[in-house]
Amino acid sequence: MIRVVLPAHLRALARINGEAELDIAGPVTHRTVLDALEARYPALRGTIRGHEGGQRRAFIRFFACEQDLSHQDQDTPLPAPVASGAEPYLIVGAMAGG
Amino acid sequence: MSRVRVLVGTRKGAFVLSADGNRDRWEVSGPFFAGWEVYHLKGSPADPDRLYASQSSGWSGQVIQRSDDGGENWEPVGNQFSYDGVPGTHQWYDGTPHPWEFERVWHLEPSLGDPDTVYAGVEDAALFHSRDGGRNWAELPGLRGHGSGPSWQPGAGGMCLHTIILDPSRPGRMFAAISAAGAFRSDDGGLSWRPVNHGLQSEGIPDPDAEVGHCVHRLAMHPSRPEVLYMQKHWDVMRSDDAGDSWHEVSGNLPTDFGFAIDVHAHEPDTVYVVPITSDALHYPPDGRLRVYRSRTGGDEWQPLTRGLPQRHCYVNVLRDAMAVDSLDSCGIYFGTTGGQVYASPDAGDTWAPIVHDLPAVLSVEVQTLP
Repeated sequence: MIRVVLPAHLRALARINGEAELDIAGPVTHRTVLDALEARYPALRGTIRGHEGGQRRAFIRFFACEQDLSHQDQDTPLPAPVASGAEPYLIVGAMAGG
Repeated sequence: MSRVRVLVGTRKGAFVLSADGNRDRWEVSGPFFAGWEVYHLKGSPADPDRLYASQSSGWSGQVIQRSDDGGENWEPVGNQFSYDGVPGTHQWYDGTPHPWEFERVWHLEPSLGDPDTVYAGVEDAALFHSRDGGRNWAELPGLRGHGSGPSWQPGAGGMCLHTIILDPSRPGRMFAAISAAGAFRSDDGGLSWRPVNHGLQSEGIPDPDAEVGHCVHRLAMHPSRPEVLYMQKHWDVMRSDDAGDSWHEVSGNLPTDFGFAIDVHAHEPDTVYVVPITSDALHYPPDGRLRVYRSRTGGDEWQPLTRGLPQRHCYVNVLRDAMAVDSLDSCGIYFGTTGGQVYASPDAGDTWAPIVHDLPAVLSVEVQTLP
């Protein structure tokens, strides 16, 4: 089970209390996690990555295991503790604007 | 007794203000979509319980929300706004070509007859429509593609399509306005468009009477006389008596003819309202006095309306989509400010009182008159 933590404004949009929990068959990458998240919560489509091309939105960041993974290719495998559910995958609204 | 429902979009969420026909005791609900910018929300004329809202943020982009119960519950619907074909370029602030990029929805205009059909005016300027209640959106590319699109340039607030007016007497006729391109008209339901800016004079552009390039802030029309249009341009209040084919200035005795909002009385097609703002550099009322000006002559002769409005130390702005009217027998006028006040006048502007004082900056105000 993959644990995903969303920023408050996206939790409210998707009506998620606490963490989102996802089951993913196969490799656990940015793309497979985001695909599963958007399939379960369609309201999130377009709010984390663009509809066209799937690029991460400029002020959204991906953190895990105390690392900033935002610039990785979306097909990069996520750290083993994320894949095992020991650590969450953090989707973060960047601190922009002070 | 009839009721009114005032739909308020702000920098940090949406609010719904409700009252009976006396309009003296208000119920306030919200914030809906707290923390998000809500540029606009509007109800369907065909089904007043059907509302659409444009919710956006710099972090997470655009969301469209829909309510089927008058704003008590909301559901996110489609938010994919893809320009038709290869989008091409418009002018950037420095005059260089810049690719068309979707930023946000500024204005939602539900169809007059079908609750599932709604038009969206977006930044970078284009017109979209949905025929399935907001789930899917498609561009009406004839507007951007009619020829002048590559010469359009953003105003200070972005290159936004902010006004959509549907002609109730002539199916297929609609108007749109873009900052800073001008006014446009379609006579075939939005498939093809032409600029309708003859008579506008704008000193801030290289050719003051160019066919396009004018910073039109807002258009207004009375549904009983749809060939007459009123315009608050960057500078100048204008009027057209031929559906935009030609315009003449009706600023008359206004203290300044800069402003954003303009609207028409629900029952008197010659009664028009504006909120003069000092200048393009000073976005607040002249002399710190918040005054609505009313013309009962279709322009030129204007009367200040001040009773109940702050007449000292007032430095708020009233944005282009932040004024609306109800259609009760005694027409109500409403407007919101960047200071978070929403003012209401139940007597066509003679007297005013704030409904709320301390909302986030108000971006838009719409009113529904309910049975």
